[in-house]
Parts: sequence; C-alpha cells; structure tokens
Amino acid sequence: MTVAGSTVAIGITAYALYPKLAASKKEKVAPEDWVESSITAWVHLRNDGRITIYNPAAEMGQGSLTALPVILAEELDANWEDVHIETAPIDVATYGFKAFGNRKVMINVGSRTVMGYYEPLRQAGAKARYILLHSVALHWNVPIAELTTQESIVMHETSQQKMSYGEVVDILQIPESIPEIAAADMKSPTDFRLIGKTIPRFEIPTKVDGSAQFSIDVHLPDMHYGVLERGNLHGSTPTLRNSEAIQAMEGIVAIVPFAYGIGIVATTMEKALAAKAKLEMEWSEDVPAAQHSSQLALGSYEDLVQQAKAGKVLHSKGDVNAALQQGSKQYQSIYKNDYIYHAQMEPLNAVASVSADGKGVAIWAGTQNPGSIAPTVAEVLGIEADQVKLNLSYLGGGLGRRSTTDFIVEAVKLSEAVAKPVKMIWTREDDLRYGMYRPLSLQQLEASTDEAGNIMALRHRIVGDGSNLIASGARNEFYNIPNQEVGLDLVENGIRIKHWRSVGHGPNKFAIESFIDEIAADQAKDPLEMRRALMKDNPKALATLEKAAEMAKWGSPVAEGRAKGMAFGERSGALCVGICEISLADSGQIRVHHFWSAVDAGTIVQPDNVVAQMEGGIVMGMSSVFSEQLTIEKGRVQQSNFHDYPILRMEDAPESIEIAMMPSTEAPKGIGEASTPIVAGAIANAFAALTGKRLRHLPFTPDRVKEVLQEEAPS
Amino acid sequence: MPAYSIQVNGKTHTVNTEEATPLLWVLREHLQLTGTKYGCGVGQCGACTIHLDGTPMRACTLPIDGVADGQSITTIEGLSEEGDHPIQQAWIQEQVPQCGYCQSGQIMQAVALLEKNPNPSRTEIVQHMNGNLCRCGTYTRIVKAIQTAANS
Repeated sequence: MTVAGSTVAIGITAYALYPKLAASKKEKVAPEDWVESSITAWVHLRNDGRITIYNPAAEMGQGSLTALPVILAEELDANWEDVHIETAPIDVATYGFKAFGNRKVMINVGSRTVMGYYEPLRQAGAKARYILLHSVALHWNVPIAELTTQESIVMHETSQQKMSYGEVVDILQIPESIPEIAAADMKSPTDFRLIGKTIPRFEIPTKVDGSAQFSIDVHLPDMHYGVLERGNLHGSTPTLRNSEAIQAMEGIVAIVPFAYGIGIVATTMEKALAAKAKLEMEWSEDVPAAQHSSQLALGSYEDLVQQAKAGKVLHSKGDVNAALQQGSKQYQSIYKNDYIYHAQMEPLNAVASVSADGKGVAIWAGTQNPGSIAPTVAEVLGIEADQVKLNLSYLGGGLGRRSTTDFIVEAVKLSEAVAKPVKMIWTREDDLRYGMYRPLSLQQLEASTDEAGNIMALRHRIVGDGSNLIASGARNEFYNIPNQEVGLDLVENGIRIKHWRSVGHGPNKFAIESFIDEIAADQAKDPLEMRRALMKDNPKALATLEKAAEMAKWGSPVAEGRAKGMAFGERSGALCVGICEISLADSGQIRVHHFWSAVDAGTIVQPDNVVAQMEGGIVMGMSSVFSEQLTIEKGRVQQSNFHDYPILRMEDAPESIEIAMMPSTEAPKGIGEASTPIVAGAIANAFAALTGKRLRHLPFTPDRVKEVLQEEAPS
Repeated sequence: MPAYSIQVNGKTHTVNTEEATPLLWVLREHLQLTGTKYGCGVGQCGACTIHLDGTPMRACTLPIDGVADGQSITTIEGLSEEGDHPIQQAWIQEQVPQCGYCQSGQIMQAVALLEKNPNPSRTEIVQHMNGNLCRCGTYTRIVKAIQTAANS
C-alpha cells in the first residue's frame, strides 16, 4: 500500500466528529495478563490500555517531561488518562532532534526543547497512530481511510465497530515501512485537545512527597562517597602537602589527583567532607586569573572602549559611522554588569559505577547534555561508547550550568580509581567558587536621532570574555533602526565562564532598553510611544507591547512614591515585553511590587509551563538585578555560600506577577529564557521614572543606588 | 564511633557515626530518606527542613548528637501516607514545583506554619517562609498554595 518514505493519502485526518464519548473504559485486564508491545521507539502500548510515551529531554523544572509527551499524545489521539511517561534511553540517533547545523542531539539548552521536538514528536505520534490504524484495518478488513480515532479508541463508522487502543495489542501488525505523515493528515490546531490545554505536570506529585529522585539521591550497594577540593583560583594546579595524614584518616579509601584539584573517596559522606576540610594544599599562582580583579577589570573595559574601534564587528546594517555623525543629536551611555553564578539549588553531583573489568560504566546524573555523556566518558576511560550507560535524573536546576560534562567525568574517575560505585558531590562552596559564571561585561551604546527624534543609528559595543556568551541579544531585529552595528572586544581573564539563563541577552537587553528610555526621556517622550514607533514594522512585537501596556495600565496615575518602567526583548523566537511597578526605600533598596509581562511564543503547548517559566524567569532576573554579585580579587573568588552570595528571597518577590500569552498558531518558540532579559531594563527604567537618575551597573545594590541618587542630575 | 538511636517518622533507627555528623547526612545517606535535600550546608537555604517535635529545623546544622532521647523527627516522607496532606494537595493544585529540589523544605516549613497559625496573613506567610530559597522562583505560587491550604 505504501512505498518507503512516501507520504500516504489515506485521509486519516478524520478525527472523530462525534460528540465526546464517555471516557474510554480501561480494559479489565488483570496484571498477570498484561502484555506490552512496542509500537515505535517512542510509544509502548499495554493491552490494558496504558500508553507509555518516552520523554527524550532533561526535566529541570521547565515541564518538558509532560509537554513533549503531550505533543506526541495529541497526534496519537490518546486519552491523556492512559498515558504513562518514561525517560527515553539516551540514544541520540533515535531520540535526538536536529540542531546546531542539522545534526541530531540530545541536549536541552537555549530553550530549544519544545521548539526543537515539536514537529518530530507530532510526526512520531502520527506514525504511531498510523500503525494502530493499519493493524485495525487489516483485522476488520476495511480500508484504513474509513477509520477514525477519538481519545484512545479506533472507530469504523460504516460498520459501527469500535476498538480501544489497548485491544489493538492483541492484533498488532507493524507494517514493514511506515510512511511520513503529511502535515495535512495531522491535526489542525483548532482540533487540539491536549496542546494548549492545562494538564497537571506528570512528576509534580513526586516533587511534593519527597520521592522524586535527583542524582544526589541515588543509593547503590557498596556505594562510596567522593568530593574534590578545587580551590577558588581558576586555572590553578594544586599540591597536596599532607597526603599521609589524610590517608590515615578513618574511612579514607583513596586520594585521587586531578589537574585542577584533589579528590577524596571515603566510606561515608561525613568522612569525605571531614577529610576535605583537613586538606593542606598549595595552589600555583602563575595563572592568568591571578592577574584579574573584577572591579579593576571593569575600569579597564571602560578605557578599552574609549579607544577607536571595536576589535571585531559582529553585525552591521546600513552605515552606522555616517549616520551617527549626520544625526541632529548624539547619545552615548555605558552599562556594566558583575559576574554572577548559577546557584541552582541542587549542587553539582553525579554517581558513577565503573565495572570490575573497567570496560563499562553506569552513571546517574542530571545533565542538560545527555547525548554527549557516552562519547565523552568513553574517551576518558578508553572504552566503547555503548558501554557507558547514563541514567538521566531530574535536575535540581539546569540554568545553563548542567550542560558541561566535568562533574560527571569527576565521578567516573573517582569510581575508576577505587573500583567501587562513588557518589561525588560538590559542596555549595565548591559549586560557587569553582563555578562557571556569567561574564563580567560592559556595553557602550551610541545613537543619533534625526530632527523628529527618531533613532537613525545605534552602535552597540561589548567588552568582556566569552564571545557569544556576551554577544547574544545585542541585535535589534524588531526595532526600526536603519543603521546598526554590534562590535565586540574580547578580553581573556582566565575565569571560568558559561551560559547563564538567557546568556548575553540579560546584559545586552538591559543596555538597549535603558538606552531607549534615556533617549525618550531626553525628548520628553513616553517610553511606550518611543517603542510603538520603533516597532511599527513589527505587528507581533507591537501587539505584545500593547498587551503588556494594557495589563499594567500604563499611563494611568501611579501611587505616590511609585513608578513603572518597561522593557522589550526577543530570545529564542519569543517576543516579550515586561513592565514593573517599583518603590524605593531610604536604604536604597528597590522594591518591585508588581510585574506584568506579555509574551508571543508561538503555539503554546502547555500554558501553565509557560506562565511558570515566565514567573520564574522574572524572579531569577530580579535576583540578578538586586542581590547577586561575585567579586574576584587577584583571581580569588571572594564569595562562598548563600550568606555572601544572596539570591532573591520570598520577601523580595513581587506581590503579583501577571502573564499574558499572545494567541498564535506559529510553531512553538523557546520560553525558558524569554522573560529574564527584560527585567533589568524594566527596573532601571522604572527607577529613572521615579528619580530621574540612571542605574547603569548591575547589580543595583543599595550602595550603588544611593551613590547614583547623590550624583548630579544630568544637564 | 558512637551509636545513635533516633525516632524518624514513627520508627526507631540506630546509626553509627561521629557525634558532629549533621542529621542531614544521617537521614539522606544512612537511612536513605532522600526527600530532605542538601542545598547549602550552612542553614541559609532551607532545603533540609525537617520537624523536630513539630518544630521546623535545618537538618544540615543539627548534629546527630544534638537530637535528644525521645525527640521525634518528621521528614517529608512522614508527612502523609499517600502524599495527600492538605499542603501537599495545595502544592499539586497550584502546580508549585518547577525543578522541585527546594520543595520538601518549603512544604515542611509551610506545614509548621499552618499547624501554629491556621489562617496566616500574607505578611505572616512571607515572614515564616523567608528562610527557604527557591531558585526557580516559585515564591508567588508558594504563597498561593499556603493560602489555598489554609482555606481548605
């Protein structure tokens, strides 16, 4: 009936037009009679009706464990009550999605997961449905085109026959080739029952009763405990001075040297930690980081940017040089941000168990990069990749930190050294001091406006370490600015740096959105009016802007001592406008009372996941704006735990956060990092509306706020 | 190495460990009750919150030696048989957890509040819960869930 690879016109778009039937009655099949069959790699079906869908992605709180199976279940036309979810085997060829230049990956970064899996999982669901229909058509001896489905039931209207999906197990016939299902043969968004509907997240009950397992919770027979001491001078190599004394401590099984630290394996967690505390170590000083002090560095960035040209032009549109000179008025501002740390609640850790013959290893880890673990670890151990088994745990926060493999390699090496299973944890101090930070950076923005006050040219220069870590988000595709340039001056500090939720978008949107408001203020123009004009060629951005303004009642009188500020940003295809209302205490502490945000993120697969990510992104953004600051002096990280690296507490969370999602039938966009970029600009702009002064250095600590308030007002 | 006898969730356990070992490691590693989490080890984050005779305590800063005879420890596992304490139900209804790592501690802290003050104001909720960090930023939902549970 079909040729491999061709589409098949079998009219399987005829999803039931009947009124909703009563919920499919579960087949009364006793557990001892259960038979489970594989339909495809993505779907297993049990004869009692249970449908197991395999989730290919790391679940780090963004809800993809539920959202991805929802996509598949929609096209499978499954009754959600029948659905059970399992983590997929880490098999990139089967369960990966195409990214980064058309290769398959199992990696969950950049808010790509729902976006990247949407079409593949619709196809996978439609194919699984096809296999069920194929089996039933053969069994009833009817044309497949006459079959319809509704929520786990197959129907043949003509003969009035019905069969539940569970019953198909008994008559299952997998066709030799499964056709690609054409888009026209998949559901139209108006027929969606699951996509776009609020469905309680599958694993939340286990996250309220203590049973949800993170890798730090794993227990294995004869499991030992490992820790490393990595110091707080990145790039330094250690020398251990008291190895004999450490080895002599009770329960210490091994001391394992690493290039950048010393590892200890012990019989209990407390013994490992006690030995770690007693290590006497010297650290090499002749490393680049030893020359780096973060506050001095920011000063040198300012010097650098006064030099003639950017080291590298990343993006150019029109003729910025000419337009900057030709405008009637010129503007320039500098913005800065300190290093910040991921502070995910579950410190890094992994459990590894190298086999007795050293030829295989089982790993338990929460990682954003499951697809890379087997090849990486195989190389470390000199074994075949198919002998590396990763058991993917829930992540107690990813945030960009958990996409490296370092902590997993550490656990593997410790296990290999002692030929025992080892649970290796990073203490909170380890996690902070040997973290990989959002880079220190500086943005210099220059603009010129024409006689009507329109921005003709915008030059955005970035100074800092990390290439794309600091360059992302510097472009303005949604603002009507005819001449634009993004320039980069790269500095290498020897400090470990990384993607931190929304990467360069945080600092760059802070700079851009603050700058827009500075120009607006100079022209006595309403920031909303300013952005309306800038977005006039972008109806989606405009609609998002208007929605946010409406939610926040922009333009209505604000209570005494309060002000509102707004900011816009696009990341991962999602357009986001945020507005906050603040007040200011004498201490210099800014209080955010309310936050409103509208987002256009294409098709919304799971609305509450989107709301939750928007809320959480706002809170995390606020934390980075108010509380978080890593300082480095001569290479030494000065902070060590939450007492000196505070993250936002409940008392500083907004009284209310209101989120609106713009209706759309476009493909889903990335939502996990959509709101974080607009927080700093919204707050800085509200502060300027309240005080007439500009905050240009993140974080806005009370001291910095008071310093700015004491400065002369701009003339 | 001394032996310690402690009551956890209605059962008596004996563990052998040094006197300074925090209760957190006793619960998580010796007793394999891993619902109580390690977040900071210095009492700053609240992820390790348990009840000692009904009072919320940070297990990371409570040495095993500091648990007196007859004191009763409750962990998240002991809060209810079926995971259906009114607070747990409210947490599910409001879809509070994101990554979930802090939530055992949040729930234990919240339960203690409602046991003492069945109808707390928002200010009282925030004051009581402020020691529990949530990096995912679920604070507004936590407040709502506590209010939901209080009203149920």
